[in-house]
Amino acid sequence: MVYSYYPGCTLKTKAKELDKNARLCAQALGFTLEEVEAWQCCGAVYPMGTDEIATKLPAVRALHAADEKGQSIVTLCSACHHVLKRVNEDMRQDKDLRTKVNNYIAQEEEPYTYNGEANVLHYLEVLRDQVGFDNLAAKVKNPLAGRKIGAYYGCMLLRPSSVMQFDDPENPTIFEDFIKAIGAEPVVYPYRNECCGGYISLKEKEMAEEMAGKIADNALSKGAEVLITACPLCLYNMDKKTGETLPTVYFTEFLAEALGIKEE
Amino acid sequence: MHGNNDYQQEQIRTISGAEDRKCMKCGKCSASCPSYDSMDIRPHQFVSYLRGGDIDAMLSSKSIWKCISCFACVERCPRDVKPAQIIEAARLMVIRQQGENYLSPDDVPELLDPELPQQLLASAFRKYAK
Ligand code: SF4
Ligand code: SF4
Repeated sequence: MVYSYYPGCTLKTKAKELDKNARLCAQALGFTLEEVEAWQCCGAVYPMGTDEIATKLPAVRALHAADEKGQSIVTLCSACHHVLKRVNEDMRQDKDLRTKVNNYIAQEEEPYTYNGEANVLHYLEVLRDQVGFDNLAAKVKNPLAGRKIGAYYGCMLLRPSSVMQFDDPENPTIFEDFIKAIGAEPVVYPYRNECCGGYISLKEKEMAEEMAGKIADNALSKGAEVLITACPLCLYNMDKKTGETLPTVYFTEFLAEALGIKEE
Repeated sequence: MHGNNDYQQEQIRTISGAEDRKCMKCGKCSASCPSYDSMDIRPHQFVSYLRGGDIDAMLSSKSIWKCISCFACVERCPRDVKPAQIIEAARLMVIRQQGENYLSPDDVPELLDPELPQQLLASAFRKYAK
């Protein structure tokens, strides 16, 4: 299976290993990620304002590019996933926005009309729904036996669930099922879908540290030794506060280790 | 002045796409909010201030810089009011005014550290500046 792939700005810079491991693991699992040509940064936050048009265009262009190839579009970064998924839903449901966006696109060199046709998938959804966690488990060469891993979901993948449709927003299981598939032990803790502070950590560092601290304390109290995430900003906020006692790593790192393709 | 207030109320309703009139004042949004302790006006109050046309208080509130857009209030509101979108609309009304940005490129060098992901700068500029 071949997918269009939207890496986003941070996977080309600070989070290169997230990108690299994801591609290597995809190969090992029998699917291909084909990077969207000339993609632009999604802006990292969903533009909520109903009159925000230009800020939604980078997502629309990527969605259209994938759809034109007849491919689903796969994301890794939780923020990119959130933006692409929500803008796509807006293009399906919101006639006013759709008209305004398409008016913009009509002025481009190669105009087209886009109505939200693309299918947006997070990498974890590919593992769950297309590869299947049973098939993944069967391909594991080095089961991570005895490792106690806490899934850190954060907000962007889950909420609002009416649009994201990723998992149960209050009691998600996809990460825990992933952890089981790679042979480790999932540690379930109540704060796994609380926010790490997101962009607040740039200017309100104390607030962000307090939020990350609460999540880490909660995970530690349930016995987690490490947290996994899909999001570079979650990783940054969590690691800054509790990197020494409770490190946070990308889920793809453990996936690569379990599949026996981890690069040193 | 009063006319301007009505205009701003309509603006916030339009930009937010939120339904303040459906609120039943249950307080779930504020109870879910991770930024609650740092806010001067709480999420449920944004909803009632909008309803009551108390727009100046919303626009001068520190809370618009404390909301982290985690969507917990949106997810848990039993009436689908979408308080986060009201706060976003207030934030947009403020930063769309000349000289009201909360973050300038000049602030950035001293806020950086070697691990800071690009995503953080991109999102902060989207939220705090026009
Ligand atoms: S989106 Fe903002 S107001 Fe709503 S719960 Fe999160 S921080 Fe609070
Ligand atoms: S959760 Fe919804 S209905 Fe309840 S107070 Fe907040 S906005 Fe109003």
